[in-house]
Amino acid sequence: MAISQDAHTVKQFDIQLANLRNLVLEMGGLAEDQIKRAIAALDEEDMAAAREVIARDRLINGLQLKADEDCVSIIALRQPVGGDLRLIISLANTVADLERIGDGAKKIARMTIQIYDGVSSPPSAKLLRDVTPMAELATDMLHDSLDALARLDVEKALTIIHSDDELDQEFQSALRRLITYMMEDSRTIGHAINVVFIVKALERIGDHCKNIAEHIVYLVEGKNIQRRRNIDMNMDGSAQAALAE
Amino acid sequence: MSTTAIETKVALDQVLNSGVEARKLSSVEVTDYDNRQTVGKITVDHPKMVCRGVNVYYGEKHAIKNVGLDIGANEVIAFIGPSGCGKSTFIRCLNRMNDTIPICRITGQIKLDQDDIYDKSIDVVQLRARVGMVFQKPNPFPKSIYENVAYGPRIHGMVNTKAELDDLVRDSLERAGLIKEVEKRMNEPGTSLSGGQQQRLCIARAIAVNPEVILMDEPCSALDPIATAKIEELIDELRENYTIVIVTHSMQQAARVSQRTAYFHLGDLIEVGDTDQIFTNPKHKLTEDYITGRFG
Repeated sequence: MAISQDAHTVKQFDIQLANLRNLVLEMGGLAEDQIKRAIAALDEEDMAAAREVIARDRLINGLQLKADEDCVSIIALRQPVGGDLRLIISLANTVADLERIGDGAKKIARMTIQIYDGVSSPPSAKLLRDVTPMAELATDMLHDSLDALARLDVEKALTIIHSDDELDQEFQSALRRLITYMMEDSRTIGHAINVVFIVKALERIGDHCKNIAEHIVYLVEGKNIQRRRNIDMNMDGSAQAALAE
Repeated sequence: MSTTAIETKVALDQVLNSGVEARKLSSVEVTDYDNRQTVGKITVDHPKMVCRGVNVYYGEKHAIKNVGLDIGANEVIAFIGPSGCGKSTFIRCLNRMNDTIPICRITGQIKLDQDDIYDKSIDVVQLRARVGMVFQKPNPFPKSIYENVAYGPRIHGMVNTKAELDDLVRDSLERAGLIKEVEKRMNEPGTSLSGGQQQRLCIARAIAVNPEVILMDEPCSALDPIATAKIEELIDELRENYTIVIVTHSMQQAARVSQRTAYFHLGDLIEVGDTDQIFTNPKHKLTEDYITGRFG
């Protein structure tokens, strides 16, 4: 069944769960902000802003620590079951994904600093052309997954899982283009590799958003769709054959 | 009634009329008894007891409403629910303990293997030897530890010699995990033991008559956590040889000891399922609200 919205008889339990949920959403908001700041710093070639993104990652890590402690404390003191247990497990997993998303933003900021190090000449605009659309897609995915988490919206969560396929395709196209540039002109290799790291970071951010969407489905429906898909993969002879090659 | 519900009812009638074992109904996921649904599968592949359409009335009060449930062989099934939900009433139907209450009336069918336990031909004393019971408060007889365990086998004529009786008493105490603590004090009164030991003595007394099913009505509610852990460990060991039905107010205990859990509410069997499923993903809102502590 869907998760119960009724209040617990023990009010303090409700307060703890609400606090944890707010903490996770706050962490999500911070992660979203970090990606936007990192991309803006890249666009504007703003080194100070990039350094600030790197420094601010500690805020996300701090919230992760707090959320993890709260999860452990609720499990120890309340022994949650049913929907409450699924909520705690889903939020704990979401926290881990948000922390990695924060790392992704930090990675983009690091690459920005390397690209505009003042030593080599700045990269041509075409090297960076895939970054903005991919970043938009990734931030939208994160925004939607936090929205779906706040509203326990399974429909929305499922659309995020599909968006991730789109982002993966974008990443593959970007990679192909970057390889082409590198083959055409070996002087672009230095910058192109940094850009590869950036688009890879965005692709990974999409993966984490997909994970969050899967946690939401588990939370609401009690179904682990991630595991099911992996099993389907294993069952599928062609997939196995492809892996064997 | 929906088509599925009608099919279910027809199938159930066939089972009840022909004496075919309920395992043929294993595809039924939701059972509609006169429009009141029990969520989950009430049947199991190898039932020890089969209850169908069970109603219990205390005078005018309808205490158990049309409950159908299988109790699987060698499983531990936990009955949970708020006070007054009928779980104790229902467990007491399983060895006819309610017969002692004059205003109590029971309809429906309860089978132990193939025997209808409410059939006129059934000897209640023999039935209670097959379906033993352990109560909330340890209630040893005011006799020695030895006599507490020896009493049942003796009155049921299960042994011929003193040596056989000695063996049986020892064996029962050993199975109840009590032998080491009492072997040197067999002649001391049963009431001289601690609460947890007394409860294990009662379990030894119940298994001495070699029952097939053991009913436990809140067996740990008067015990401390250490004694509770010992009883729970014992329940897990006893499952190899016996079928165990346990009523408990501790949901954690139900989660720890049972393989299936049944949730009762105001005389209705609301939901039954694998314990794992009931405690991670219950299907009925009443079950979810109860196990997560939303008591309205």
